[in-house]
Amino acid sequence: MDILNALVAFTNFVVVPATAYGSQLALGALGVTLIYGVLRFSNFAHGETMSFGAMVVVLVTGLFQSWGLSLGALPTALLALPFGILATALLLLLTDRVVYKFYRKVKAVPVMFVIVSTGVMFVMNGLVRMVVGTDDRRFSDGARFVINAREFKAWSGLNEGLALKTTQVITVVVAMITVAALFWFLNKTRTGKSMRAFSDNEDLALLSGINPERVVMITWLLVAALATIAGTLYGLDKSYKPFIFQQLLLPVFAAAIVGGIGNPLGAVAGGFVIAFSEVTLTYAFKKVVTYLGPDSWAPDGLVQLLSTDYKFAVSFAILIIVLLFKPTGLFKGQSI
Amino acid sequence: MSFLHASEMRGGYGGADILHGCTLTVQKGEIAVIVGPNGAGKSTAMKAVFGMLKLREGAVYLDGEDITGLSPQERVYKGMGFVPQTHNIFPTMTVRENLEMGAFIRKDEIEPTIEQVYELFPAVYEKRNQNAGELSGGQRQQVAVGRALMTQPKLLMLDEPTAGVSPIVMDELFDRIIEVAKTGISILMVEQNARQALEIADKGYVLVQGANAYTDTGANLLADPEVRRTFLGG
Ligand SMILES: Nc1ncnc2c1ncn2[C@@H]1O[C@H](COP(=O)(O)OP(=O)(O)O)[C@@H](O)[C@H]1O
Ligand SMILES: [Mg+2]
Repeated sequence: MDILNALVAFTNFVVVPATAYGSQLALGALGVTLIYGVLRFSNFAHGETMSFGAMVVVLVTGLFQSWGLSLGALPTALLALPFGILATALLLLLTDRVVYKFYRKVKAVPVMFVIVSTGVMFVMNGLVRMVVGTDDRRFSDGARFVINAREFKAWSGLNEGLALKTTQVITVVVAMITVAALFWFLNKTRTGKSMRAFSDNEDLALLSGINPERVVMITWLLVAALATIAGTLYGLDKSYKPFIFQQLLLPVFAAAIVGGIGNPLGAVAGGFVIAFSEVTLTYAFKKVVTYLGPDSWAPDGLVQLLSTDYKFAVSFAILIIVLLFKPTGLFKGQSI
Repeated sequence: MSFLHASEMRGGYGGADILHGCTLTVQKGEIAVIVGPNGAGKSTAMKAVFGMLKLREGAVYLDGEDITGLSPQERVYKGMGFVPQTHNIFPTMTVRENLEMGAFIRKDEIEPTIEQVYELFPAVYEKRNQNAGELSGGQRQQVAVGRALMTQPKLLMLDEPTAGVSPIVMDELFDRIIEVAKTGISILMVEQNARQALEIADKGYVLVQGANAYTDTGANLLADPEVRRTFLGG
């Protein structure tokens, strides 16, 4: 039995990647939940919004790299992030002006908004493809590892290595800063509080003199920042592939709904629930089991509950279970 | 002219009229109470006075100024505060944040007003850091009234502030409302507990099918055998 090696293997292949992936989902789900809370619809275009933001970051990163601009050990993309956010904010405000505003004015039912957002999704998707095509792009530069597996083995004397990629550390740190800033904004500033008030009780917010159009605008700005950061972190960690964001929509929504849609704290928790479930269920535990059991127990198979091809089924299954048994999510969100 | 003068209001929710020539007036510092059977249009009349319902006919004057065309928000700026019958708090925000949101339009220092509300409703002070949605019915109503007081209104409109609270809490709330009126704020209030409400009312309106059936002082309405028989259960 070798608990240490088992633990390191588990950390290396499950805990670290799931934490990074969970942070990305949490940021994505926060955007979905803000839109749901304030504008009261499920924005199916959110995945493409993340894609658009990340695309701008990829392009600006390329430009900076061609100028020889860099952040040393950190990826240049961090420098390009504000430009991605700005471009996405403009896109979202424009979309709101030419599309959603009309449906707010005629007081369209939520399902109408969902369908409209699906249309917006296709348009944004086309826009991204027109600009950068469908190719896979790697845009992370700087130091690749904070902890390198080989060095870790030499240092610890264990069989198993532990690798910690720079992008993973950056993902978690940036996500933490972003979430802290968002919660500070929502809970401590007058504007943030007015957003929560509007989300809580629209009519009473109006009676209190809160301007709904301003609340909507601020929401889109926050969503632009969250989506761009989420998309960029995902792209840095893996690579930037436009069509992946359509698939990412499912786990992002699952995270928002599992946590309790409309509840920001729930979105963060939901992101990690989905990420850990997905990674744990699709991880081949053969190594870990082998370390833990006596030699004769070493399994023949991979001890993998689900093939990685089915990882999206995990989000889907969790989503269905939550909707069936606790429609308001783990934290008290709005019922769908 | 009275401080609030809503005259001959007619209108509804798009279909047939709900209000058929309803007139409401309130003097400065006076408590006016609207009673009447369910579905008489009491809430509708309140919404009309507050501009949440388009009037087909009639006019609303506040302190001599015609405000018929103003939006609810604009009326808040003019000095009107409204506590709706339902959904009158921000449930996932703390009690204190509810008060802050009540004062959203104010640019000046709101701390003294918050202190005043705390003084008026000690329970609100005690629960200030709790989410308003977690409070009991009576406490919620106090938060709701407190929220409306935060703009320092000159006219406070309350739609069934004692709905669903115990008789003790009701008496307590009425006492507080009398205190508010004593500070010079006019009160226009709809009440289900007609007898108790008319006892504290300077003026009472009995509304039936969207029109004034009886209008008199609270005491006179309570003494009127016809009103007693038909609306106060003998
Ligand atoms: N939002 C609404 N849309 C359409 N009809 C309404 C609405 N609210 C109330 N009504 C109708 O208006 C009438 C008066 O209702 P209301 O003013 O709420 O009565 P009250 O407050 O005296 O019990 C009722 O017939 C009710 O069905
Ligand atoms: Mg009513």
